[in-house]
Amino acid sequence: MINRIPAAPTRDPPWFKWTLIAVALAYVLIVLVLPLLAVFVEALRKGEAAYFASFKEPAALAAIQLTLLVTAIAVPLNTVFGLAAAWAITKFEFVGKSFLTTLIDLPLSVSPVISGLVYVLLYSAHGWFGPFFLDRGIEIIFAVPGIVMATTLVTFPYVARELIPLMQQQGTDEEAAAATLGAGPWRTFFLVTLPNVKWALTFGVLLCTARAMGEFGAVSVVSGHIRGLTSTMPLHVEILYNEYNFVAAFAIASLLALFALVTLGVRAILEQRFEAELAAANRT
Amino acid sequence: MPLEIENIRKSFGKFPALNSVSLRAEDSEFIALLGPSGSGKTTLLRCIAGLEVPDSGTIRFQGENLLAQKVRDRRIGLVFQHYALFRHMTAAQNVAFGLKAKRGKDKPDSATIKARVEELLALVQLDGLGGRYPSQLSGGQRQRVALARALAIEPRILLLDEPFGALDAKVRRELRRWLRQIHERTGLTTIFVTHDQEEALELADRVALLKDGALEQVGTPEELYHHPATPFVFEFLGDVVKLPCEIVDGAAVLGGVRATLLGGSRKTSGKGIAHVRPDAFDVAPGEGEGLEATLRDVVSAGASARLDCLLDTGDALEIRVPHDLAQNLRPGERVTLRPREARVW
Repeated sequence: MINRIPAAPTRDPPWFKWTLIAVALAYVLIVLVLPLLAVFVEALRKGEAAYFASFKEPAALAAIQLTLLVTAIAVPLNTVFGLAAAWAITKFEFVGKSFLTTLIDLPLSVSPVISGLVYVLLYSAHGWFGPFFLDRGIEIIFAVPGIVMATTLVTFPYVARELIPLMQQQGTDEEAAAATLGAGPWRTFFLVTLPNVKWALTFGVLLCTARAMGEFGAVSVVSGHIRGLTSTMPLHVEILYNEYNFVAAFAIASLLALFALVTLGVRAILEQRFEAELAAANRT
Repeated sequence: MPLEIENIRKSFGKFPALNSVSLRAEDSEFIALLGPSGSGKTTLLRCIAGLEVPDSGTIRFQGENLLAQKVRDRRIGLVFQHYALFRHMTAAQNVAFGLKAKRGKDKPDSATIKARVEELLALVQLDGLGGRYPSQLSGGQRQRVALARALAIEPRILLLDEPFGALDAKVRRELRRWLRQIHERTGLTTIFVTHDQEEALELADRVALLKDGALEQVGTPEELYHHPATPFVFEFLGDVVKLPCEIVDGAAVLGGVRATLLGGSRKTSGKGIAHVRPDAFDVAPGEGEGLEATLRDVVSAGASARLDCLLDTGDALEIRVPHDLAQNLRPGERVTLRPREARVW
């Protein structure tokens, strides 16, 4: 006979708990894990040699390089902007503050295709400012600058959004304290504000990076899909797929998926490793 | 050299937080800014520190116009209500922050900083805890780190915003005594904000009572307690029982008994409302000359007891008597209350 411990009155029956867990797991499996597996299975369908050969093709290399270049420009830009915006919104009072807050979220609510189209409207040969730049020999649409701009626009909320709630919660007391202790604005920023948000900033940058590398919609509109020139990795995947070159398409896709997984992994490791410090940072 | 605050006004939007406040703090004086929440006491403190800019008025210290100086140049130590310790720095690093922020020839070398931090941590009785992060310290310890940090810059004035607000009663009392000692040792002009009248009366040389952004009365604790200028001061500094009375020949007559009219009372004749402290009543069992009442409840609270009485006029009131006096009283009994002294405005 087992001595049963009476269940707490608020505890749900076990079948309920297990059903919920099963539903959640099944959902994650179907929506996330299976597609991810499919990417790697398809990429390796014709063996390792074919898989690695896909990356040696000049167009594929160019696509990888372009993606890294775009990410290397867009992420630092959005990091600086995100910090500045979060700093302004949470530490100061000014007219138009709530408007700016809403504006930051705009790229998340607007379809990336529209974001791309806006740049076409502004900078294409027939656009508002296009002729001005073309006259000076600067191509924006169907060229690298356009791709960088579209990616920056689409990924610009990520850093700011990660920072704003935390900075709001932390308030301005520590900055005020630093000022009464004789610290100037830069000293206060680098010794007080920045260390207080370093984890949120790290996570924001990681998310922004993952998003910048994978951006398809906006980039697709402005890039012109010039193979080896204006094709980023996601665009190159599409080109290859449309050419029925499945192994190469999935190989590039697997690389993108790998980037995403690494980003997630880094975040998870950081969270685990600095759990105590993160919790301490959230306590007042 | 005194701190002179003159005609400070400050509004937040349409809300007037400070309405022409003038206050003077003498050298080494310990002043309490007392008032209910929203009375503007913290705003005044932040104006002195430079964290708020008054709409008009002047603040002068040692002949200098403080309002013309940046926060960082004022050298005014401020201890925040929620400590505002730098959460990613240890206690020692927190204390060292102000020393390291000094510029040019004022900047001490690292050995001096280290020695000074040790000294300050010892002053606030936190020797050996310098390596702890704020999250690893108790509320009282954090408060002391915050004070050490503020003292590190050798401030010209020390400001404290509700320094004991978030601490439990026992720690509060300990820190209070200790703050007084620190003040005596450093001789710093100190202004602290509190909403706790007991704290203000016990600690301060002078108390400035604020109400709705204006000073209601400024004076020593004795002056405020024994010579309140307005009913608000009287009510803020302790419990008050209000009863209708008649004023005859310089005394308040309640239920046929004469109660002494104390200073601060303006009226000399006619009807009025007597303000009486709950412990200024004599209580006699049975009926007689005075306010007749039925005892509803007797609650013993340490050295004194609280009597919940229902007057025959229908008004309920609570008075306080010494504990041994209440021992013979039982709920339901008839009693007679005789106020000894009253104030009428």
